[in-house]
Amino acid sequence: MSVLAVIEHDRGTITSASLGVLTAGRSLAKQMGTQLEAVTIGANADALSAVAAAHGATVTHQAHHAALVDFGPEAWGESLAQVIRATNPQVVIGTGTERGHEIIAQAAARLDLPAAMNCTEFDESFTGAGALRVVRTRWGGSLMEQAEVDAPIKLVTLANHVVEPSESPVAGSTTTHDVTLDASVLHSFVVDRVERVAGVTLATSPVVVSGGRGVGSAEAFAPLEELAGLLGGVVGCSRAVTNNGWRNHTDQVGQTGTRIAPDIYIACGISGAIQHWVGAMASKNILAINTDKEANIVTKAGYAVIGDLHKVVPAISAEIRRRRGQ
Amino acid sequence: MNICVCVKRVPAPGARINITDDGQAVDTAFLGFTVSPHEECAVEQAVQLVEKHGGEVTVLTLGPAEAEEQLRTALSVGATKAVLVPIAEGDWDPQRTADAIASVIGEIESASQPFDLVLFGNESADSCGYQVGIRAALKLGRPIVNGAKGLDVEGTTAIVRRESDAGQDIYKLPMPAAVGVKEGINLPRYPTMKGRLASKKVEVQRKESSANAGGLKMVTLQRPPERVSNTQILGTGPEAAAAVVDLLEELGVFK
Ligand SMILES: Cc1cc2nc3c(=O)[nH]c(=O)nc-3n(C[C@H](O)[C@H](O)[C@H](O)COP(=O)(O)OP(=O)(O)OC[C@H]3O[C@@H](n4cnc5c(N)ncnc54)[C@H](O)[C@@H]3O)c2cc1C
Ligand SMILES: Nc1ncnc2c1ncn2[C@@H]1O[C@H](COP(=O)(O)O)[C@@H](O)[C@H]1O
Repeated sequence: MSVLAVIEHDRGTITSASLGVLTAGRSLAKQMGTQLEAVTIGANADALSAVAAAHGATVTHQAHHAALVDFGPEAWGESLAQVIRATNPQVVIGTGTERGHEIIAQAAARLDLPAAMNCTEFDESFTGAGALRVVRTRWGGSLMEQAEVDAPIKLVTLANHVVEPSESPVAGSTTTHDVTLDASVLHSFVVDRVERVAGVTLATSPVVVSGGRGVGSAEAFAPLEELAGLLGGVVGCSRAVTNNGWRNHTDQVGQTGTRIAPDIYIACGISGAIQHWVGAMASKNILAINTDKEANIVTKAGYAVIGDLHKVVPAISAEIRRRRGQ
Repeated sequence: MNICVCVKRVPAPGARINITDDGQAVDTAFLGFTVSPHEECAVEQAVQLVEKHGGEVTVLTLGPAEAEEQLRTALSVGATKAVLVPIAEGDWDPQRTADAIASVIGEIESASQPFDLVLFGNESADSCGYQVGIRAALKLGRPIVNGAKGLDVEGTTAIVRRESDAGQDIYKLPMPAAVGVKEGINLPRYPTMKGRLASKKVEVQRKESSANAGGLKMVTLQRPPERVSNTQILGTGPEAAAAVVDLLEELGVFK
């Protein structure tokens, strides 16, 4: 009987989402009167039991197999399924990330159990008996769903950035599980990697200057590039822009693009459809530049300029230069 | 190459998503319908692979009779066969959906030939369950990787490129395989007039499927707390530039 937190790591480096999962798991275990346990997959993650214990996990289950050196969704899911069978937890919580969802879905499929992804709340009166009531996100976060996970073992993922990680150290122990992986799960592994070049990305930039259909063409993004450059930021865009081939999908903000949380989001010629908004709403400040004062983005933003972006954006850049004496 | 692509009909909301009074569904009274961008890209990827290697693309959906519209859209951009697994009003849970999809795919395969690839979206647009493809692939005994931002075929191997925090990861899956595709893998083409006409001639096959309900039950939908904003209008036209830069200074963005 336990709450089992699934630690996501990359070649032994823990992801920040895992700390939220340990923290959420600890409060759930407490309300259920049971203990928090953790699972790591691959011997290269053994050292993470210390992190798990620091966050309150009394036991860390370490799944070992010679093939578990890199991420492989099926091998990880099967390993997790075997640890679940061996330890019989009441709730299993994974990270609300691409890999986290995949591991939980793989384990759930193998155990023929339901799974609820991207949960933001767990029923505070849940003690372990009956179904687990959760709130989870749909539509990438534009809509919430109250759902019931009705199964002897509840598999869920925790939506990212919902729980602030906190430590609560215990003297943790470890248990090794030598898992059996047959050939069928050994196919899908990372076999090669092209390392990312370090630098500001859309997801981490403090300033994002974004353009939508109103920009009109690929070339017309030049003034947005210029403004972003002056502010040390990057350029983003809406799906209308990527669909027109004006910019690469890596620049797209939204439900099927990137979630951003910059200090300021400057949205030029973007209407603010809900699927775009959901990617930008975590921004600390939003400035909309739009010809339409009724546009959804204008009514939702903290600040707006009503006007033609082709005139407003260069004027802002010129004013910045003037104040810098350039 | 024989490729099956699974797509799901979903409403296409604009500025906000309204919920029906009973809280059980999105109010679609004034909405059009579409499929997830991930699935649009899966269809495009399948069509491109077939253009390169030969073969054909089948699109499959589990949904109401109206989902024929989404199948026709896929047919108009290069798919040549379409299968509808009809269900009554409402939505099936992920386990049930995956069971039904897997059994219909199995049925099609035993009647003709196996699909080299079965493609899914990384997640559906509406329920965002992140699991139907994985469950169906397991039932079909195929390896699956989600999050594909690149998919090529070399001989009997599917090569999947995927983004991770560290960079780009490469996976190699022996076919028959399944892949969950993400938007950005390609730029989907628009249907041509010729494509639209051709799509009208294809007969959509209907395949009934019964599957048991799984353990995830929707209780009710609710809207997240909305950001109420008293938008401060900084000005109109280029004259607003000074006020904008004042704001940037105030926020510490412009130094
Ligand atoms: C499942 C699903 C997922 C989606 N995911 C995403 C996503 O990740 N990201 C995303 O962006 N979209 C996404 N979309 C698409 C989304 O619904 C909208 O279609 C899209 O965001 C619209 O882009 P836009 O605002 O640039 O264009 P439009 O809605 O056409 O808006 C253009 C705006 O520009 C203004 N404008 C025009 N000319 C000027 C000018 N000269 N100066 C100033 N303003 C001007 C207009 O007033 C208008 O407000 C998704 C849709 C679905 C169904
Ligand atoms: N009703 C459906 N009909 C066809 N394919 C579906 C259906 N539901 C889900 N899928 C496929 O499974 C993927 C993942 O769905 P989900 O688990 O709901 O996020 C989707 O992107 C589709 O490719």
